[in-house]
Amino acid sequence: MHDHEEESRGPGFNRRDFLRGSGAAVAATALVNGAHEGLAAQDVKKGVVAAGKAQDIKLKVNGKEVTAKVENRVTLLDVLRDDLQLTGCKEVCDTTNCGACTVMIDGKAVYACSRLAIECEGKDIKTVESLRNGDTVDPVITGFCKHDAMQCGFCTPGFVVATRAFLNQKPNASLEEIRKGLGGNICRCGTYAGITACAMEIAQKGGA
Amino acid sequence: MAERKVTWGPRDKHTLIGKSIQRIDGVEKASGFAKYTNDINPPGTLFCKLLVCKHGKARIKKLNVEAAKKVPGVHGVYLFKNEGDTCNWDGDIVAAVAAERSQVAQDGVRAIEVVFEELKHFVDEDDLAAATAFKETVETDGKKEEVSRAKDLVDRTVGDPDAALKAAEVVHEGYYGINTISHMCLEPHGSHAHWQTGEGPKLVVHHSTQNVSGTGGQFATKFGLDAADVRIICNYIGGGFGSKFAADEWGWAAAQLAKETGRPVRLMLDRATELKTPGTRPSGYAKVTIGAKKDGTITVWKSHHWGTDGPQGGTIDGNQMPYVFDFENKVVKSTGIKTDCGPNRAWRAPHHPQLCVVTDCAIDDLAAKLKMDSKEVFLKNIKQLDKVAAQNSDLYVAEINRAAELMDWKAKWHPHGEGGKGSVKRGLGLAINRWGGGAVKGTCMVKVHPDGGAEVFLGSQDLGTGTRTVIAQVLAETFGLALNKVKVNLGSNAYPAANPSGGSITVGSVTGSTRRAASEALWKISDLVAEKYKVAADSIEAGDGKLWSGGKAVCTWQEACRLLDNRALEVMGESPVKDGLTSVLVGGCQMADVSVDTDTGIIRIHKMVAVQDCGTIINEMTAKSQIYGGVIMGIASALSEERIMDNTTGRYINADLDTYRLPRIGDIGEIVIDLWQPDSEYNRGVVGLGEPPVIPTAAAIANAVANATGVRVPVLPMTPKRVLDALKGARA
Repeated sequence: MHDHEEESRGPGFNRRDFLRGSGAAVAATALVNGAHEGLAAQDVKKGVVAAGKAQDIKLKVNGKEVTAKVENRVTLLDVLRDDLQLTGCKEVCDTTNCGACTVMIDGKAVYACSRLAIECEGKDIKTVESLRNGDTVDPVITGFCKHDAMQCGFCTPGFVVATRAFLNQKPNASLEEIRKGLGGNICRCGTYAGITACAMEIAQKGGA
Repeated sequence: MAERKVTWGPRDKHTLIGKSIQRIDGVEKASGFAKYTNDINPPGTLFCKLLVCKHGKARIKKLNVEAAKKVPGVHGVYLFKNEGDTCNWDGDIVAAVAAERSQVAQDGVRAIEVVFEELKHFVDEDDLAAATAFKETVETDGKKEEVSRAKDLVDRTVGDPDAALKAAEVVHEGYYGINTISHMCLEPHGSHAHWQTGEGPKLVVHHSTQNVSGTGGQFATKFGLDAADVRIICNYIGGGFGSKFAADEWGWAAAQLAKETGRPVRLMLDRATELKTPGTRPSGYAKVTIGAKKDGTITVWKSHHWGTDGPQGGTIDGNQMPYVFDFENKVVKSTGIKTDCGPNRAWRAPHHPQLCVVTDCAIDDLAAKLKMDSKEVFLKNIKQLDKVAAQNSDLYVAEINRAAELMDWKAKWHPHGEGGKGSVKRGLGLAINRWGGGAVKGTCMVKVHPDGGAEVFLGSQDLGTGTRTVIAQVLAETFGLALNKVKVNLGSNAYPAANPSGGSITVGSVTGSTRRAASEALWKISDLVAEKYKVAADSIEAGDGKLWSGGKAVCTWQEACRLLDNRALEVMGESPVKDGLTSVLVGGCQMADVSVDTDTGIIRIHKMVAVQDCGTIINEMTAKSQIYGGVIMGIASALSEERIMDNTTGRYINADLDTYRLPRIGDIGEIVIDLWQPDSEYNRGVVGLGEPPVIPTAAAIANAVANATGVRVPVLPMTPKRVLDALKGARA
């Protein structure tokens, strides 16, 4: 007898959990283009998900083409962190709730834990590291420092990316819009006041 | 030569100390370049997943990991428990599997053959009668005994409570409680371990810890090493809040797996286990009776409280009830409930927030019964403080009045239950706190190089409170240098041993030791300067990158350091020393302005005011951040945050960031912070600030809800359901 029921997550069944759980290979190939069909391992037996065959994928991350050898059940978050050493996106909730792993995909803020790596081929992926070049940093990072919008700092990079993406979409956001627009991220230390002040200041200058 | 004395010096001369200074590691953190334990990933690192018990209590009937070991990519399995062992709570760890990828490690976990035999569990932490009735046979020294899950802990009587109650002009009876919460560190507990040969320590552990200097020995003992053979590193930590002081068995597991596999191993707890196993804050539920005079003077306090801290069988500290206040006549009883829930660990300001809820909510209800302004009832009793808080009674009066001014309390306050005619009611509440926060034993070494480079080494850690930055400010200020001209080295047990960071003791400890060492270093350099430039040594002051005597620049800092004759100057600094650099004990007051939608039960925070003293402030901005953080954590435990145990299965059913609800950026309202810093505060020395601001928030919000609606929501967090239940109960 095995005793491996999944953690109860209430009604919030999510697509990614389904994909990378039992039968991940079958479902995932249905989603991506035909090139990956047939590469998917389907050895699912006795409650053990097969390791699946790793395949080379090409990703465009921070403007550079990179390759990684991953099984199709591996998330974008894991590839960024474990294969590409881009650890600015953090793994915190792993249930697409907290935003600590926020990256930009084609300019939009996305939880990197909500995407399989193979889904992201051909897309423009930008991580928090792209907002810094040596001593030159994005005004959002400058603003986070100025308003002390961080404590332990573990949620901070995710918040920085979310703020950047949000202000790109709404350069003149109001206070209410900021409070709603940055509601996808969670901070435990309690840095929301500084983040709000930073976003407000940049929005008042036109969002750049 | 005049006596050389270590002091903080005149307040108005500082260029760094006491100012709002951006944290020196801000860009590293915000840009994602700062490496936390969970980010350590050198080539070859194996990743772990855990098999945990998913029952309230269970015996392991069968445990076979052979199939797991055969999963391609799995390299090792560590057993926390064996066949026949008991798992004592949902989330108790059974095994860890190390593999090339976390997904593969999860395959390994799934391949483990495990059979649990469920045992009877008890997790009903607020039901004292059920706990008392729940009996089990315990065998000690061959003797079998029927033991209840409830155990009386404190039973203290002072004065003549019965007579005082008889004589009281008003008597209030109430029930209050606050549920268990988890630490919810965003970076879970865990370690990255690797073994090395050749020079240097044998075992290197990146450990997510509040105790860099104190955990090496725990690894050394476990693996039969000398402490000198273990290096602990923690440059950044993603939250601890009191739960990360030990090596922990999962730290040992990482090291053991690394030893067996010959590979670096990273083992971090998964989110659910993080919430269930490495600590929680105990619950407390209390029946309170207060007797008072008609003018609000409290004459007698009676309370009986219970709750759980898990398997230890404790509850919130009965010796500190009532909280901050103390009364001539009192009876305090407490009963601990042993539950099959995860264990307790220190949680930011251990016991204080819960004690504050019970005490300050009861006092607020007394005010309601007397139809008095709550603030007036608090002030009326402000001379009746416990021994510790009594040293601060004038301060409390000043802070309460200041908070009232910032809240516009006088204009906004209304009697309880008169929060408006519509379905949305608005109200005000307040609560007060106290904390120690004195410096403890720790050392540092300040090093000045002959080229003028200045750095400090200490085995401390920056939890996000700004420790690195305040140390840099003190070092730079003492030497008269710019902030970016000094270097702070912490986060390694290779450096002089510093204190663990808990109990708000860090800022005093590390700034005290740094100031002492840096002052002594400056004096030594001043002696060389005095000799070379023929000025009086005791006239020399450092500032603006130069050394000065009698208002004239003598030489630059670099010129002075060149006199060190090509040998770096190293000075050790100690903490604590009774020299006035640090002190102990703070008060504080918080007020809440909230509205309650009586149709939906939803509470909205409009404004929080926090007035807080903390002695000499080193960095105003990071100090304020501590208060923001405390208030926001307090809002969480007031409105949404709680561990939910399921009585039927014995499981912690909301152990994820979806259903364990924390406030988001739009949920906190306006927060106004007033750092209480007259010269009298500056003159008393540095006191820690981590814990105090988290203490009174929940009680202040609960009191504001009672003021708005005229109804007490007895148990926190005040979820919409609890609010509606309370309103329904009041109507019934």
